[in-house]
Amino acid sequence: MNELRPPGTLGAALLVARKDLAIEFRTRTAFLSALVFAVLALCIFYFAWDGSIVSPTELAPGVLWVVLAFSALLGLQRSFGIEEHDRGIDALLVSPVSRESIYVGKAIGNFVFLCAIQVVTMPALALFYNVRGGRPLLLVAGIVLLAVLGIVAVGTLFSAMAVNTRMAELLLPMLSLPFFVPVLMSGAQAATRVLQGRPVAEVAPLLKLLVAFDIVFLFACTVAFPYTLDE
Amino acid sequence: MDWSGNRGARQRNSMKRTGPRTEPNAYLWTMSSPPPAVEVSGASRSFGRRRAVDSVDLTVRSGDCVALFGPNGAGKTTLLRLIAGLIKPTKGTVRVGGHSLRDDAAMRARVGLISHQSMLYGALTARENVEFAAKLYGVPRPREAALRALERMQIAERAGAPVKSLSRGLQQRVSIARAVVHEPSVVLLDEPYTGLDTIGGGALTDMLMLLRSEGASLVLVTHNVDEGLAVASHAVVMIGGRIERRDDVADLDPRAYLADYRALASNADRSGRRPANPVSVSA
Repeated sequence: MNELRPPGTLGAALLVARKDLAIEFRTRTAFLSALVFAVLALCIFYFAWDGSIVSPTELAPGVLWVVLAFSALLGLQRSFGIEEHDRGIDALLVSPVSRESIYVGKAIGNFVFLCAIQVVTMPALALFYNVRGGRPLLLVAGIVLLAVLGIVAVGTLFSAMAVNTRMAELLLPMLSLPFFVPVLMSGAQAATRVLQGRPVAEVAPLLKLLVAFDIVFLFACTVAFPYTLDE
Repeated sequence: MDWSGNRGARQRNSMKRTGPRTEPNAYLWTMSSPPPAVEVSGASRSFGRRRAVDSVDLTVRSGDCVALFGPNGAGKTTLLRLIAGLIKPTKGTVRVGGHSLRDDAAMRARVGLISHQSMLYGALTARENVEFAAKLYGVPRPREAALRALERMQIAERAGAPVKSLSRGLQQRVSIARAVVHEPSVVLLDEPYTGLDTIGGGALTDMLMLLRSEGASLVLVTHNVDEGLAVASHAVVMIGGRIERRDDVADLDPRAYLADYRALASNADRSGRRPANPVSVSA
């Protein structure tokens, strides 16, 4: 028998993430769905609002966070859906990698997925809503990254919980959105202030809240995840 | 294989084996004996109010191949999933190599699982699927190991094809290659012959024989008695979540066994879950 050296938690997590991203790269189903949704939502909000009452620049932060939350749900839905199709999750569970590493791997995959969506969404937002490029947009991108981390931490856990249920598409948003609220509120307020040209110090408490949310939920969800896989 | 089903007696005695074989293969283990490859003690598993596995005792020694037969809903797959650590028993214990698979990653590295679902990713190629498994198990040179495993299942020429483009039978061959790429010492198989043609079935039988000759222990769940008896050293019949019959395959007349099994299964069908007239051990 070969001498086996199973990877550690991070090594296994990277393997899982790489596998998920390779599958997404081949199929592009979730990416295209989320991307088309994001761009369409940006367009619809732009045309649905009366520009003479609310200027596009003032509208931009709100639209950004609505688009972020719902495109994230599309990506998260797919995360454990690919495991469920032919019970690939069973092969992961009987392998020597820890259940925590499966969660971390899935979360890394989801994080990269959502960041890729934002890479397209942010320039489109700047284009449609006359958002100034340069430093403000970079700061908003940083806020979005922090928010995406929190959304992925919570959403990956709920995706695993919901996937085995009959109404997974309904259950995932119902479970996740209440937990997204602190992230969305902090992120939206911080992004609004940055785009209004307020000093960075003014958004520092909101950024601290985002960081705290990320740390707490990444830890809590990693610990809780193994129990979600029990039948 | 523990045929006695009497764990109390086994614990009280310190002999390695009973003297006269009053019961076929009544093995008794000493404290110093190596732990059995698989040991299921009084395990039950319920789903809601339905008890899928009911107080099952089963011991599989190193090198044994146990075929689990039984009609649909007998609890065979649930028992296999209990052994694999995919589900927890509601009562009793399940150990592999003396450890609970759920808590022991090193022991999980020695187990291979083949299910009637392929456990593959359709968008990845056959080689990528097997290589991914090899990496998870920490197999040295995972790509070469993956190609070797595919070669053994006679599907190496399709290694670069996406799994979703393969037929059900070919997918099953890839799935088997994935499950044995790390050369496990305990292999759990749930209906592995499903969808396989003659070549695939032959390759699987050859691989199972090879694994046995290398000392691996196998637990094979199947509906097909002929296929099961061809590779198994022991045969077990499950009905209604319980083990109804245990035999040493060497002592069996396959035709008589098949007839007995059919009678047992149809008795169970007529009477609901449990057989009306359980067949006694014939060996």
